Parts: sequence; C-alpha cells; structure tokens
Amino acid sequence: MRLGFFVREAMRSMRRNAAPSFAALATVLVTLLVLGVFIPIVQATQGAANGVRKRVMVDVFMQTTATGAEVARVRRELLGVPHVSRVVLETKQQAYAQQSKADPAAYALLSTNPLPDTFHVYPDNPSNVLAIRGGLILRSPGGGTHMLDPAIASVSNHANDTRKILEVTKLVTITAAGLTVLLAFASILLIGNTIRLSLYARRREVEVMKLVGATDWFIRWPFVIEGTIVGAAGAVLAIALLGLTKVALLDPLINDWALIAAPRTISFAALTGVLVFAGVGVSALGTGLSLRRFLRV
Amino acid sequence: MSSPSSRPTDRRRSVVAPPVRTNPAPATRLKRPSGTDPDGTRVIEFRGVDLRYPSGDVGLDQATFAVDRGDFVFLVGATGSGKSTVMRLLIRELEPGAGTIRVAGRDLSEIQRRRVAQYRRNVGVVFQDFKLLPNRTVYDNVAYALQVTGGTRKEIRAKVPDILRLTGLATKLHNFPDQLSGGEQQRVSIARAFVNHPPLLLADEPTGNLDPETSIDIMRLLYRINRTGTTVLVASHDKVLVDKMRRRVIELSRGRIIRDEAAGLYARDETTREFAQRMRSPSERPQGI
Repeated sequence: MRLGFFVREAMRSMRRNAAPSFAALATVLVTLLVLGVFIPIVQATQGAANGVRKRVMVDVFMQTTATGAEVARVRRELLGVPHVSRVVLETKQQAYAQQSKADPAAYALLSTNPLPDTFHVYPDNPSNVLAIRGGLILRSPGGGTHMLDPAIASVSNHANDTRKILEVTKLVTITAAGLTVLLAFASILLIGNTIRLSLYARRREVEVMKLVGATDWFIRWPFVIEGTIVGAAGAVLAIALLGLTKVALLDPLINDWALIAAPRTISFAALTGVLVFAGVGVSALGTGLSLRRFLRV
Repeated sequence: MSSPSSRPTDRRRSVVAPPVRTNPAPATRLKRPSGTDPDGTRVIEFRGVDLRYPSGDVGLDQATFAVDRGDFVFLVGATGSGKSTVMRLLIRELEPGAGTIRVAGRDLSEIQRRRVAQYRRNVGVVFQDFKLLPNRTVYDNVAYALQVTGGTRKEIRAKVPDILRLTGLATKLHNFPDQLSGGEQQRVSIARAFVNHPPLLLADEPTGNLDPETSIDIMRLLYRINRTGTTVLVASHDKVLVDKMRRRVIELSRGRIIRDEAAGLYARDETTREFAQRMRSPSERPQGI
C-alpha cells in the first residue's frame, strides 16, 4: 500500500486547494473550541446538581429527654431501615455549639439546652429519601401515624423541599445531557457540510481519476488522509487555545473560587484526547462517507 | 506543421515509414460480416446493442459492428446520434439494455463493478474537454496514469518524458494545464491515454475545441499512434478531417448505424442522380464545357 504516495498526494491537494481546506480546518477548530468549553461546564453543572442531591437527607429528632441507651438503640434501628447508607449523630451539645455561633445573643438568654440529639440519615441514593421517611413514619392500625421508635420525636418535614430539589436537579442533568447531544450533532453536521462542499468543488478531478482507471480506494486515500490531517490540525489548535485560556484565566481563579474547583470535571489530558478523537474521527469519516455518497467513489 | 520533436521519433521507428501514405489496407478491406471471430483479431464487437436513457431518449438502437485490431475508425453523426453513447459503453460508464459488447473477446457485462477500474486501464480515452487534473503539472498528469497501474517512480521517470517527447511536449513538463493552449492540453490528454500503451484508444470529439491547424496536429498524433498497432476509434464532427483521412466511417443517426464504409467520407457519397443534378445547377456548371 503506497502510503507515502497517498500522503504526498494529500499534502499536494491541501496546498493547491488551500481555501476549502482552510474552511474545513476553521470549522473543526470552532466546533471543538465550543465543545471544549461546553463539556467542562456541563460536567460542573452536573457535579453541582449531584452535590446538592447528596446533601438531601432525613433529619430524625430525638426526644429531648432521650437517654444514651435509647439513642444507641435508635441508631441501630435506623441503620436497619432500607436504603439508609449512613447515619450521623449530631449531639445536642454539638448542635448548641453550632447554633449559638449563628445567633449568640439569642442563645445567651437560654439557661438550658433546648436542642435535641439529631440523626442525619443519608440515603444510598437521593431519590430514596422519601422511601426512608416512609420507613420511619409508620401507619398506626387505628389511623394516624407513629414513629418507628417512641424515642423519636419527629422526622424532618423537608418532603416538599426534597421533592423540589430532586426534580430540579434531574431536570438540570437531563437538559445538560440534551444540550451536549445537540451540540455534538450540530458539530458533526457542520464539519460534514464543509467537507462535502470542498469535495463537491473537486468532483471533476475525481471523475477524471475514475476515467483513467483508478480504483475507488486509490482515489479515496488521499482525500481521507487530507481529512485526517485537517481534523488533527483543527483539534491541536483548539486544544492549544483552550490550554492557553485555562492557564491564563482559570488556574489563578481556582484558588479563590472553590466553586470551580469543587465539582469533578474532566482532566485536561482526557479532554485533549476526546477532542482529538472527535476532530480526527469526524473529519476522516465525514470525508470517506461524503466521497461514497456524493461522488460515488 | 511538423514539430521538430517528430523527427527523432521517426528515426526510432523500426519500420521506415513511407513519406506518402500508401494503402494501409482499409481502402480495399471489405466490411466484416458479423459472425464469429475465428482469428481473435476483433478488438470491439457490438451485437444488437440497445440503450435507452432514463429520460426516454434513444442512445443506441440495435447497433451491430465490429472493429479489428489496428483499425482506425471514425464515428460520425449529428449530436445525439449515439457517438458518445458508444464511447461511454466502451469504458463501461453505461451498460446496454440489450445486446452484447465484447472488447478483445471479453464480454463487458461480465466485468464486476470493482474490476471496471482495471479494465479502463486498458482503454485510453481522449475527450473534447481534455479532462486533465487541474492541480497537477503536465508531468504529473501523465504520471498519474502510470501510478494508477502501480508504476514505480523509476518507471515513471523513464516513461513520462518519453511519451511527452513523442507528443511534442518536451518543453512543457512542469507547466500546469491552465498555462497551456488547447492543442497542448489535448496532447497531454493523448499522452496520458497512451502512456500505458493500451490496445484500444478512444477519442470523443478530440478536435471539438481546437482550431483547424491544431486539429490536424492532433489527428496526426492519433494517426501515428494507430500506426504502432493501436486500434483507434474517433467520434468526430469534423467533416474536413474525416474526408481528408479517408478511413473507415461508421455513421450513426438517432442511435442506428446507417452506414459502415471502409475509406468513407463524412457524408454519404452522392448517387449518380444527385451528381447529375449538381452538374446541371447553374452555379456548379463547370467552365469551358
């Protein structure tokens, strides 16, 4: 397989058809830039949404008169409720210390500690929060409800808030995913269209090659290689620009803004790989497919 | 008219070419009966070929003819008569609706789609619009035909300058098509068609875009190629050239072959009645009679 010959042919046609090749490169560059900015943003959004969901939990308030033994018993029982992943106890002293920090003047007036021991019950999956509540607040035979354990005073009534949080975060996640798919689709279409246009302008050349007796692959290889080079060059340029932006603008901010650093976004190396793969893949495949469909090569 | 580069080639020929073209056989050759080909000398054989275009126009209508090795044949006829259809059938760009086409004994319909490219390497084609690769030099245009057949760089470096010298383009190796005149571009086209020394050369209106003087040069080139033993089939509108060359003429009209004459003229030779009429008309009356 005369690869060297085909590469030389590809370089030659890029030189001679500079404008369409440049158009293709610019298209790849722009779409990959947008993707490269979009992907981390989408991931950060999802991360933030997930972060919010993680904080969804059930607060179980003990009776203020509960003893240590009752607290231990309730803890065991809570761990036995389905979908509970962990249980964290906030003692009344800890609660008092935290709350009084928030409002020292008010708490200074109190003589005793009015706060109860609180269990923060975390679900294995945020969507099971309401199920856990259902496991704690049981139906009584004669109507009404009672707690799982008499030492439990009440279970937090964040039901509405919880539901809202879950719905909103789900919506955010779905929207982000949908936008990503749309963007990928639009990118493929845009790159494919630019490639198709540049190939269409060279259809006479392809026709002549066919008449002279060149096989389909003999004609295709230089074009596909050209597409690969254009895609790779566009990707490299996009990555260089993104890297520059990251180093110049984002890294200094990470130290100040915990919000950017907090959600786990894709590492730059991985993003590089994704963009190169996308750029080269779409470009090369797009060229091959366009050749087959429109030039019947 | 004769280019300086033609002289070295004459010297290289193994058989000395006579200064005046003596009878090259077609004048006395009878029309071949359409039967079997016992000697295997038939390069082209059309038998009852029908072709109808999707638009409904008739491409060919029961076309039957045969061309032997070494023949030089003109296809004449009005636009749309089927000349280009014959060419396109011969390079397997089209397939007939009915009938068989044999090239060098091989039925074209038996060639699989993926082998068509290989078949085309054995048929040199020259077109009215030259069909050169625009972004390549003359050298590269001709070299492409060799690269397609898997020629090495060494072979290409040997063969291409040779053929370009033969076609009178030795000084234009590194020019691009848009830097050449029409005649020069057609020479490149012919060089490319002939560089692999195919047994059959097709020319579809090769002088259509050229002036009369250049047309003669091109026909001279085709004639020279024919003398190397290559079968040449030329579709032409050019009445003057066809009449001057006096070769076998196949006339088409609306897809049908209406005339197949050895050493024919562009138009059918007049009958005696037409001759008498012409003699009697006032402007034609010869002086002194």
